[in-house]
Amino acid sequence: MVKEAAIPPTGQSSTGKDERPGAPAGNLVVKCPKCREILLAREWEKNLKVCSRCNFHFKLSAFERIELLVDPGSFVETDGDMVSVDPLKFVTRTKDEVQFYAKKLEEERQKVGLNEAVVSGYATIEALPLALAVMDFRFIGGSMGSVVGEKITRAIELGIEKNIAVLICSASGGARMQEGLYSLMQMAKASAALAKLGEAKLPYFSLLTDPTTGGVTASFAMLGDVTIAEPGALICFAGPRVIEQNMHMKLPEGAVTSEFVLQHGMIDAIVHRRDLRSTFARLLRLYTPNAARQAENLLPTTIKMEPNSADRRGESDGLRPGI
Amino acid sequence: MAYDLEFEKPLAELERKITSLQRKGDHLKPNEHRQLQEAERELRHRTEEIYRNLTAWETVQVARHKDRPHALDYIHLMCEDFFELHGDRAFNDDHAIVAGTAKLDGETVMLVCHQKGRDIKENQFRNFGMPHPEGYRKAGRLMLQAEKFGFPIICLIDTPAAFPGLEDEERGQAEAIASNLYLMARLRVPSIGVVTGEGGSGGALAISVTDRLLMLEYAVYSVAPPESAASILWRDKVYAPQAAEAMRVSARELKEIHLVDELIPEPLGGAHHNHQLTADNLKAALLKNLAELKKIPIDDLLEMRYQKYRLIGEYGRVS
Repeated sequence: MVKEAAIPPTGQSSTGKDERPGAPAGNLVVKCPKCREILLAREWEKNLKVCSRCNFHFKLSAFERIELLVDPGSFVETDGDMVSVDPLKFVTRTKDEVQFYAKKLEEERQKVGLNEAVVSGYATIEALPLALAVMDFRFIGGSMGSVVGEKITRAIELGIEKNIAVLICSASGGARMQEGLYSLMQMAKASAALAKLGEAKLPYFSLLTDPTTGGVTASFAMLGDVTIAEPGALICFAGPRVIEQNMHMKLPEGAVTSEFVLQHGMIDAIVHRRDLRSTFARLLRLYTPNAARQAENLLPTTIKMEPNSADRRGESDGLRPGI
Repeated sequence: MAYDLEFEKPLAELERKITSLQRKGDHLKPNEHRQLQEAERELRHRTEEIYRNLTAWETVQVARHKDRPHALDYIHLMCEDFFELHGDRAFNDDHAIVAGTAKLDGETVMLVCHQKGRDIKENQFRNFGMPHPEGYRKAGRLMLQAEKFGFPIICLIDTPAAFPGLEDEERGQAEAIASNLYLMARLRVPSIGVVTGEGGSGGALAISVTDRLLMLEYAVYSVAPPESAASILWRDKVYAPQAAEAMRVSARELKEIHLVDELIPEPLGGAHHNHQLTADNLKAALLKNLAELKKIPIDDLLEMRYQKYRLIGEYGRVS
């Protein structure tokens, strides 16, 4: 079972920091950034961090999302100890301040409580196995550098190796500029791995959450055999501000959202957060009819394991058990 | 060819001096003749020196020079019998992507290239080399056709970025780019990508997932245009030179960190000073690499291509 105690409730508003409803743990109420409704924190959490009045889907942390999607206790994390190393020795220097990327990474690890912007591994949904990678927007805007690209690629390769489906949940501001061309090339790397997965005739499900933009949208996020979005998520390549500046116009209401990309034929469905688990279970049954047997054969340790039991470590295929 | 960039001012002065002396033709006095020779030597020397020590931002200026050869210039200087193929068969023909078949040293190849314009009118027509989704879909369609006929694919990359418009979002700019990355990774023909000018982010990557990635000496390739990176990370566009430096956009630096396979030398003062010589160098590099790639059995080539991208990325472990 995934532990969450260390992670405060998330879900920054997309409109500004001031309205950040990710109230420190212990706050009794949160404010919906969309309809401004004051929500009881307990009710809000029970409602999977969706506004009960206007249906606004707050952002989730990677582990919150994993808990939402997979069978309790089934998630086994892989490469949780992988960290970025600042290959370009990137420094942002202005006359007022100097920022070192290496230091920024350290701070983010402390602040967010994750080693990078994606959590990867394998799990079951209604006893059907899958490899998965879940992005976390809190870590440098969910941006993709070497580690995000590597972990996502490994999750896809795990799918190929174990002959199971792959699910990637995107939440990203795009490529991580501090790693320069290394970041851009992660798009090619992950897409190439998906092409291999496709040749192996294994299904890839892509879940787009708020926000999915830039190089992440322009690579694995848009390559799903089935691509699903949560309601109201920002989904685009260029980003609303860039488009507005470039076109000298104000974007119409609802542009570059889940509903917009569904209408323009870019995704297959919009699914409410509470229905995501059952939706992926349905898809797994449809696309991997033999998966139940595979689950027994390939991932016995995953299903039989007790949450957080010490003996898990020895049995987990050399893969790191979930935190 | 004029030296017209900011950092070329000393060169421009020398050039003015040379031109004024040359104008005298046969009427040069002996000491003026000496002066002319000296000025020419000096110009060559200073140009070499300046170009040897270009900053990242100066390199960006050279890579974007309006007189730099563009795809159609190279095609006409390198190939015979170019037959341009148009359209994505779904929506439109994008003029920022030029593609078609041609003979390169007697062999049919498929060319897929960004195309910039030289003046305002041309640039309006070419959309400043910034493709729409239909451009990437034309590229994808013709790369599949190349696979069908066994033609090697040559991509010339020169774009500031994929066009960031609302209609591009409607027509799936991200999907169009992503699909090309997916497609190119598994194409069963050899492919070579050459960044000839500006390699701008996903808009460049969308036609550069190739077996070999080459760059012209003063070309640049980056995850985002330096201006965009500056406005995001430095919160001000004026830091574009710093962003260019920090992102290591120049061909030389990218070669050093092994993200680029090979550099193609440019003439003194940059490609725009001698289109023919640049095209000759490009052609020689293409032929050499094609010959090497064609020797490799296709299944091995695909695995090598996979590993080429698979291995990109630096990471560590925490205990």
